Amino acid sequence: MSADKIKNARDFIECVPQVLALKMELVEIADGAAVIRMPYDPQIVGDPETGVIHGGAVSTLMDTCCGTAVIAHPDNPGGTATISLRIDYLRAAAPGQAVTARAECYHLTRSVAFVRGTAHDEETGCPVATATGTFTVETKA
Amino acid sequence: MSRARPEPMQVVKQRRDAALLALAGRVPYIRFLDIGFDRRGDELTGVLHFDEKLIGNPHLPALHGGVTAAFLEVTSIITLSWSVLWEDVETGALTQDDLEAGSLPRLPKTIDFTVDYLRSGLPRDAYARAHVTRSGRRYASVRAEAWQDNHARPIAQAHAHFMMPRREV
Repeated sequence: MSADKIKNARDFIECVPQVLALKMELVEIADGAAVIRMPYDPQIVGDPETGVIHGGAVSTLMDTCCGTAVIAHPDNPGGTATISLRIDYLRAAAPGQAVTARAECYHLTRSVAFVRGTAHDEETGCPVATATGTFTVETKA
Repeated sequence: MSRARPEPMQVVKQRRDAALLALAGRVPYIRFLDIGFDRRGDELTGVLHFDEKLIGNPHLPALHGGVTAAFLEVTSIITLSWSVLWEDVETGALTQDDLEAGSLPRLPKTIDFTVDYLRSGLPRDAYARAHVTRSGRRYASVRAEAWQDNHARPIAQAHAHFMMPRREV
């Protein structure tokens, strides 16, 4: 992957206020793939009785990770925007643990990028959530 | 036999608002996004108060798609939970004391959530409404939409399935 594309993708997520608010960290980036980690934070708890984080925060992590994978695709000339995103919540994320999302842009046409992703907490095995999404492919201005 | 005299309006309002506050106010993530709920009778409208930290694309600028999805999910969960709670609030099965003690049913759990992005979210407040299509004993189907200045021009729509909390018999 070219240094330019890596820098673009890194810039894409690292200057985003919501990404900073959730303290997300870009762990890995490659051609059409990205890994992003989101630490546990009491502010994003969705179930006060168990301390499990809210699905909405997982959605934001997935959307960010899938979008980054699209930008990191070698055939994508520019930026991207989400067309649709579906998240399946397989199980509750363990309270106190970070969630790490991995996304892969597995097909790209002139106008649409197809992406799938998974999110794991610090336990191995069954993911916390899976995602499938479609994203726009912007033509270079 | 004459019908029971309706309760004074203030009493009814106070009980309903206390229930809504107890339901949404206890979730940290709802406070993190600063989402409030407007209530007219039993109908709720979610209000996402704009803040710089909600931005996902600083160049446009636009709301983060994840925030829009989360806003729709929060509105769906609270609307669904509220629709189940409503009867208990109305009949008085759930009293003001219960609410203050935090004895509310558990929140529904999201099974899956699908969001369509229709327009980019502008850096300003957004509104959302959810409609419970079916609410069964175990599962529920909900659809929701979010808009900003113009209700006829939604920024996103969602549909989702939830698992309902077990109710004590």
